[in-house]
Amino acid sequence: MKTYCLYLLLMLTLFGCVKSNDDFLNRPPSNILLDEQVWKDEVLVLSVIANLYDRYPDYQTIENWSEFAAFDEAFASESGQYGRHKNQQYGYGTWSYWNYGYIRELNLFIDKCGKANLLKQEVRDRFLAEARFLRANVYFELVKRMGGVPLILEPLTYDYKGDPGALQRPREKESGIYDFVLKEMDAVMQVLPDDAGIKSRATKGLALALKARAALYAASIAKYGATTPQVSLPGGEVGIPAAMADGYYTTALQAAQQIISSGKYALYNKKPDNLSENFAALFYDKGGNSEVIFVKDFKLQSGKVQEWTLANQPRSLAEEQQGGRLNPSLNLVQCFEKLDNTFAPYMTNAANGDYIYYDKPGDIFAGRDARLAGTVILPGTEFKSKKVDIWAGYILKDGSIVTANNFGGQASLGGNLVQVVGFDGPIDNLEFSAQTGFYVRKYQDPAVGSGRIGTKSEVWWVRYRYAEVLLNAAEAAFELGDKATAAGYLNQVRARAGLIVPLTAADITFDRIVHERKVELAFEGHQLWDMKRWRLAHVVWDGLSADLTKHPESAKSASTRVFGLLPYRIYNPGTPQDGKWVFKKVLPSNVTSAHQFRLGNYYSFIGDDIRNNNPLVVKNPNQ
Amino acid sequence: MKNSLFLVIALLLAASCKKDNYAAPGSSFKGRIVYQGEAVNVSQGEVVFELWESGWGKRTPINVAVAQDGSFSALLFDGNYQLVLPKGQGPYLTPPDHADTTQLPLKGDRNMDIEVLPYYLVRNAKVSASGRQVTATCKLDKIITDTRARNVERITLYVNRTQFVDGINNIAAQTLNGADIQDPANITLQVNVPVINPVQASVFIRIGVKVEGVEDMVFSPLIEQKL
Repeated sequence: MKTYCLYLLLMLTLFGCVKSNDDFLNRPPSNILLDEQVWKDEVLVLSVIANLYDRYPDYQTIENWSEFAAFDEAFASESGQYGRHKNQQYGYGTWSYWNYGYIRELNLFIDKCGKANLLKQEVRDRFLAEARFLRANVYFELVKRMGGVPLILEPLTYDYKGDPGALQRPREKESGIYDFVLKEMDAVMQVLPDDAGIKSRATKGLALALKARAALYAASIAKYGATTPQVSLPGGEVGIPAAMADGYYTTALQAAQQIISSGKYALYNKKPDNLSENFAALFYDKGGNSEVIFVKDFKLQSGKVQEWTLANQPRSLAEEQQGGRLNPSLNLVQCFEKLDNTFAPYMTNAANGDYIYYDKPGDIFAGRDARLAGTVILPGTEFKSKKVDIWAGYILKDGSIVTANNFGGQASLGGNLVQVVGFDGPIDNLEFSAQTGFYVRKYQDPAVGSGRIGTKSEVWWVRYRYAEVLLNAAEAAFELGDKATAAGYLNQVRARAGLIVPLTAADITFDRIVHERKVELAFEGHQLWDMKRWRLAHVVWDGLSADLTKHPESAKSASTRVFGLLPYRIYNPGTPQDGKWVFKKVLPSNVTSAHQFRLGNYYSFIGDDIRNNNPLVVKNPNQ
Repeated sequence: MKNSLFLVIALLLAASCKKDNYAAPGSSFKGRIVYQGEAVNVSQGEVVFELWESGWGKRTPINVAVAQDGSFSALLFDGNYQLVLPKGQGPYLTPPDHADTTQLPLKGDRNMDIEVLPYYLVRNAKVSASGRQVTATCKLDKIITDTRARNVERITLYVNRTQFVDGINNIAAQTLNGADIQDPANITLQVNVPVINPVQASVFIRIGVKVEGVEDMVFSPLIEQKL
């Protein structure tokens, strides 16, 4: 029986082998698409470029909330992230980026798209321009983080002959990379659609906006790099000669003015009755948004959703047992100026040391820049049409504080058991509570379900918007000595924020420019790059445990630790102060170290493995 | 059968231990960062230099961190190393005779001081205390006086509860800006030491100098002061 089976098996095997099947080894694969299949079909090419768009590099975004707590804009109210405020120094490798795999795929796309003559000419040209835009953008990202990098513009292929020397390229000059980016933008803007309705793909407006931003970065590195001569390399891989500053500023101004004069974009102003609400809506309104130039888009029930609202919704109104992670700092909140264009820290105490008493918790913030309440959820304000509950406790007649250590906790007060702390905190060292007294509002989605794990949010991430273009134009004009033009652009942005007293040319200083970007573009991922290009990072984050600055208007004020401002209620029955609100400036107990940005942080560390593989790559300075 | 299998496995495991494990690095390389025999005190672990050993394919440096009293020590394998003091590290310049690379053949233990040229040195540091107020005096010596000289940005008195005292590790600090220094030969700084819990009898003190455009600070030697 056994032998019989064996024979049968043997025969079957033999038959199987000799069976005539000529295309056995030539069957088209069913799990991948081949080049010739892709490059004749517009829809398939679109999905290829969609993948390339999806790999667009970002640093701080709504998809990684905790990175916004890396500096002085916010406190990270989550147990796992407290370390951000206990670490003093940033590693030299932080913010490093070296994605030549992505560049290779972009180069392959450009190579293949150039030969794809089965596509319609205008379709092909658009894809080609988009890929070139994305490639230039990667180089822009690389030069921001690493300085000049090897400029590879064709897909490199190894010949397997044992000598990779032909693939090793030295680092380009820092200015060389910027020049490449600017030149590419000039080329692709001729081809890209000039349509402000397209938000998630490259357009002419986007190419101009990127050109203005890149030229401005190059210009300020040239100008302010002169203040830190140590941050440079003899070959120019890091550092741009100061003589090139004016040329770049002119380029930046012209590119920005080209967008402005095209009239295709305008500042978002759909809700002129409530400017704070208007400013918040600018980020979540996806219908006919005239300000937004380029976004990373999301869509509900598509698998591509984001968790910003889930992570940061006020704890008291949360749709899950979480939220409240990102707490804007008092450092940022006190930067928002008063409506008469002056600056002042918040008044908590009178000259004689007594508290200043406010009728409502929001009163201390009254008469400020409308962007404050549009960026930050303040005590006493609303989110999703419900009041947030941010207050830290009661202060008794003798100055002692009655509070509790859980959300909305109760304690005995005057013989009654009452709530003595808000359902949003602030409770020191309790995650998700507003430990600085504030929650973030920018990008929070007011839609029902946005804070649910099962739904999440489809609010997009804005990478370029018109207000930044105006600020770029203002900065470039200011640096070129044209203060009147600079004031004109700044005033447009400021008027939308309710600051209707216009600045005059004489008011425009470098500090003004820095300040305006700080308050307009908070939580939009600009801070690190701005501080780096102005060479202010090592000045502002100097590693010293200084108190909160009294000069928020000054660009060079140190700001190394995040402070909070906690509202308290007065419990003193029978006196006029009873039930009034007072404020205390605090340092959250988890903030134990002062941030120090070292000179070696200006350009991130290039890994030893990279320099081993390519000895032509020189090391960045001061590391 | 089963038992012998176990025996074989045990034998193989024992044998492989012997085969896989290298001897631990046993040669110590110790020394100090000095200026004319005087140790240059820095922040704990913030100043590093590199040891390179070629011949291993991939080249990665061994980073040796300098302790706060200017000393360093590393356990290494015997070999021929290159010692590199990276530019921008430390509150000093490296003298031109070994500006970039020094050959460092290592065979057995070795003690070697590395000579550098600091911008400044803090000398004659003395501390006294009355109550919880600590007063420190010192003399600031400008070592580099030629065209490479740099100004003092600030001079800071640091107090800590442990013997590690620098810009990161301190419980009290008092700063005098460089422009406010009247007489570099006679600098006085005062600071109130906050209450320490649990109570301890003494605190540790160092005076640091930050030089303009130089990241790492140079310090006075450590002083323990009874309160």
